[in-house]
Amino acid sequence: MNGFEEFFVRLAEDSPRWNFVWLYDERQAERILSGLWMTVKLSIACVILSVIIGIAGAWMQGAKNRVARAIVQGYIQFFRNTPPLVQLLFFYFALGQFTPVVTGPDGWTQIPVISNVGWAIISLSFFAGAFNVEIFRAGIESVPYSTREAAESLGMTRTQTYTNVVFPLALRVSIPALSNNLINLVKTTTQAFAIAVPELLYESVSVWNDFPSAQNPTMLLLFVVYISLVGVLAFGMTSWERKLRIPGYGE
Amino acid sequence: MSTWTEDQPIVSIKNVRKAFGTLEVLKGVSMDIMKGEVVCIIGPSGSGKSTLIRCVNALNDIQGGSITVEGQEVHTENLDKLALRKKVGMVFQQYNLFPHKTALENIMMAPVKVLREDKADVKERARELLKKVRLYDKEDSYPGELSGGQQQRVAIARSLAMRPDVMLFDEVTAALDPETVKEVLVTIKDLAADGMTCILVTHEMGFARELADHIYFTDRGVIVEHGPPDTFFDNAKDPRTKEFLDQIL
Ligand SMILES: Nc1ncnc2c1ncn2[C@@H]1O[C@H](COP(=O)(O)OP(=O)(O)OP(=O)(O)O)[C@@H](O)[C@H]1O
Ligand SMILES: [Mg+2]
Repeated sequence: MNGFEEFFVRLAEDSPRWNFVWLYDERQAERILSGLWMTVKLSIACVILSVIIGIAGAWMQGAKNRVARAIVQGYIQFFRNTPPLVQLLFFYFALGQFTPVVTGPDGWTQIPVISNVGWAIISLSFFAGAFNVEIFRAGIESVPYSTREAAESLGMTRTQTYTNVVFPLALRVSIPALSNNLINLVKTTTQAFAIAVPELLYESVSVWNDFPSAQNPTMLLLFVVYISLVGVLAFGMTSWERKLRIPGYGE
Repeated sequence: MSTWTEDQPIVSIKNVRKAFGTLEVLKGVSMDIMKGEVVCIIGPSGSGKSTLIRCVNALNDIQGGSITVEGQEVHTENLDKLALRKKVGMVFQQYNLFPHKTALENIMMAPVKVLREDKADVKERARELLKKVRLYDKEDSYPGELSGGQQQRVAIARSLAMRPDVMLFDEVTAALDPETVKEVLVTIKDLAADGMTCILVTHEMGFARELADHIYFTDRGVIVEHGPPDTFFDNAKDPRTKEFLDQIL
């Protein structure tokens, strides 16, 4: 045991509410780290998937097909107007019953094709995706129709116009709102706790159930970790926004 | 399918009718434009000038009549839009450049993305076009860094990069201040001198008089009067034309 660890062992003995157990107990440190890693993976997966859903939804909203537009509208209404925690429970417990299972390697356990982690990713991505659709749509609407017509009269198809002109411009307008929504998403990943996804909150609670004296330090850790995660994301989004800034435009 | 030859009109507009809902905007408009001709369309605001030229490259649909470009019908079910838009270039009043692309990239986009031409070749051509519109030193500028007149010349170069046979200009100098109007008009003049077929909607009467082979005056969706510039400006017969010319000259 080195000096650093000794310090925290002694601190725990002297003040029983401040047991930083994961700083000197390797097993607890592993739990916290694996929880953190799960939170990071969950966040990255949900951010990417929700952005894809946002783009696809905004694209479908501009479609000629009425049915496609109605589907997107219904989707937005449902996911925006219901609590994400209820959505998560619904996906896992209600839809989870109907998903196929495969037989495990031992020949008799039934493993669902979509795990609780899978359901958390799906449910949270659809939740944040609903907001992303609206965010991207607002961005797309900010692109003047005449700019689109100019692209069209140069022979571009709708897809070419969107990918080369409309979307790059819409994105620039959308980044601030997108940034807010993704920050919310990262924080909302803690709700995966409810379906026992071993992310940071879940692991933290496990730690302080085993070591009640570690509750305060672990909560402190949660705050610090989320502030850092969100900080990194916010910083990334701001740099991206700056990088995409167009000289002489929209300043 | 008849094959088009150069002794036939390159753009032929026959009895075109167009309505927005119940508002009739074009009530049977006809004109024939030969290859290499410069045609100016003038007339009061709201008379349907923009609508008419937008029908030529299928930005608007029509309710009756027909438009052909190089013998190909524009308003049919099986229109090959790309083929049409390769033949017909259009420049707008508000330039409508792509603000996130430099001048050079604006010009290169369509040939590279639509025609899938070799990037290096297109770049060379884009530079030549910039030279042609007298903006050789502005290739790396973004539209937001250019004056209105410069933006409009980039927009013209962007259209030309698709090597069109016909150019449509919709009041391309109307948003510019008087000093910069000239630089854009000079560019168009160069184009006309090179033999480009041009259809212009314009309020620049001096320019129309000097450059046009034929002038059309539209009012409330019909062509009231047309003719070569000299006859048109000096011997207008219709009272509406006279009134308009009196106001504007
Ligand atoms: N997309 C549209 N929907 C409904 N009405 C339209 C539309 N575009 C044009 N109009 C109407 O059609 C008429 C002709 O418009 P157009 O733009 O062709 O006139 P114009 O001769 O170009 O006028 P200006 O000199 O002001 O540009 C106007 O009354 C206008 O309000
Ligand atoms: Mg007009």
